Amino acid sequence: MSGANDVTSQAGQTSQTSQQSHGRTLSLTLRIWRQDGPDAPGRFHTFDAPNISEDMSFLELLDIINERLIEGGDVPIEFDHDCREGICGMCSLMINGRAHGHELATTTCQLHMRKFSDGDVITVEPFRAKAFPVVRDLVVDRSSFDRIIEAGGYISVNTGAVGDANQTPVPKEAADTSMDAAACIGCGACVAACPNSAAQLFTSAKLAHLNLIPQGQPQRWERTEAMVETMEQFFGSCTNHGECTEACPKEISLDFIAFMNRDYVKAKIKNRKLTGQS
Amino acid sequence: MAPTATQAAGSAPVFKTKRPLPFPLNIYQSAIGRKWVMAWTGIGLLGFVIVHMIGNLHLYEGPSRMYEYAETLRDLGGGLLPRTLLLWIMRVGLLAMFVVHLHSAYTLKERSRLASERAGFVGGAKKYASKRDYIAANYASRTMRWTGPIVGLYVLFHLADLTWGWWLGDAYVRGDPYHNVVESLSSIPVAIIYVVANVALAIHIFHGTWSMFQSLGVNNPRYNGLRRNLATALAGVVLVGNLSFPVLVQAGLVDEDNRDCPINDTTGLECLGETAEAH
Ligand code: HEM
Ligand code: SF4
Ligand code: FES
Repeated sequence: MSGANDVTSQAGQTSQTSQQSHGRTLSLTLRIWRQDGPDAPGRFHTFDAPNISEDMSFLELLDIINERLIEGGDVPIEFDHDCREGICGMCSLMINGRAHGHELATTTCQLHMRKFSDGDVITVEPFRAKAFPVVRDLVVDRSSFDRIIEAGGYISVNTGAVGDANQTPVPKEAADTSMDAAACIGCGACVAACPNSAAQLFTSAKLAHLNLIPQGQPQRWERTEAMVETMEQFFGSCTNHGECTEACPKEISLDFIAFMNRDYVKAKIKNRKLTGQS
Repeated sequence: MAPTATQAAGSAPVFKTKRPLPFPLNIYQSAIGRKWVMAWTGIGLLGFVIVHMIGNLHLYEGPSRMYEYAETLRDLGGGLLPRTLLLWIMRVGLLAMFVVHLHSAYTLKERSRLASERAGFVGGAKKYASKRDYIAANYASRTMRWTGPIVGLYVLFHLADLTWGWWLGDAYVRGDPYHNVVESLSSIPVAIIYVVANVALAIHIFHGTWSMFQSLGVNNPRYNGLRRNLATALAGVVLVGNLSFPVLVQAGLVDEDNRDCPINDTTGLECLGETAEAH
């Protein structure tokens, strides 16, 4: 790759014919962040992408550009993806200044090109936060989230032999809210969108989905303290802007953050009692 | 060491964990706990701002009632406590809240800056190359770190102006707040400072009042909508009340025409005292 700041390549020309397009097609210009490694300086490359079917997802657009790069003997752009159906949380990308693009409640893999207009210039960047170091191009390392989960995002109590079904009654409201929190796919869009690089939305969702139901109670206070304090080893401080909820593909509510804040201060008090200090 | 699945580069903590202080100081060591303290001190300051504004409305009752109000503050606690003791306790408490509020604001913002390293932290928010398309963050929430310090500097200015009388010089009459306020606010530059600072204060309160509910975890989906309304109402009341003083003095609607007493700190104050007693 040349070291020039903005490299333009005609990625679009070589394999237009291989792309069957139904209906409308778009001609787009992409400015994509490329970075050779964690410590290499990054820069934007500009790619022309003509003849893009509006039925493609954003990731398929990147696939097309990559195919064309490979055919031209270039190194493809690295980006994260897995399920491509909006449930795994692997895809990322800041698209025109919005995490997962401008569609609300949508992951990048579910963002379709029909949401763009012909002639658009689209800027694509990796998610940014100190705790999300760039691995290469658009791929960032989100293992700090795994560290938070490891700190307490589980239930490990001895339950004895298999009990009767419905032995533990769960109030409907608690189950519903817990499920809402459990919808978090751990994508990190909340951190990317946050002007403070705070991970409150993710952590609070992971806490709430266990802290709201009876099974989660025995470890509730330990879990809250441990997960919050692990989060605080990596992320910034929430100032309640609310950008995270808007960016979240699963529309996790800000209410969970308030719930976490309340539980954390309570946990500081309760955990003292547990260790016999009061 | 090469990053592996469990030793990935992203697993390296950004912040070191400090040795925990004894309870309850350890609450202030965590960012969430610190934000909680910040919210409580914010509430204290907000309470002061509202009471202070309402108290100052005595200005519209004329020099002797304003004098009486100031004396009442010094006499708080009645005959039970030494004169001005309670006032001093409140002042020290206020100063303490102010200092803690500032310290938490500064250190938490610093934490966010470090957590956004290499993402170009500009003006209180990290930056992307494409223009950030903010959806929820509003002007107030993004300018807390500017409106806060403006209010802080203004408080110092305000004390020097009306409590210590630094630049009113001989025109400053200790113990005659009505006169001092009119004297100070009739200068156009001073009036402008008061207006700008109080607009900043109202913007700060607008985000702060909603934010503190989140920080304290006071949340109930049924009443959450009211938090914004309360924020708007408080910011509005403080704005209108505080702006009325410089605006009405500048408009000539508050002046010395309704004064029966001389302006000095001997016979003037005696006369104000007697007039206040008389009604
Ligand atoms: C030196 C002056 C001040 C500074 C530097 C300052 C700074 C700040 C900052 C940076 C925040 C954090 C907001 C955020 O990003 O979420 C904040 C919150 C707040 N401030 Fe101030 N502030 C000052 C004075 C005041 C005053 C006079 C009041 C009283 C009306 C006040 C009330 C609040 C409240 C209620 C909050 C919300 C706390 C929370 O987020 O939970 N502040 N302040
Ligand atoms: S809270 Fe939403 S944005 Fe954050 S990690 Fe979970 S799904 Fe992604
Ligand atoms: S690739 Fe799985 S959520 Fe987008």
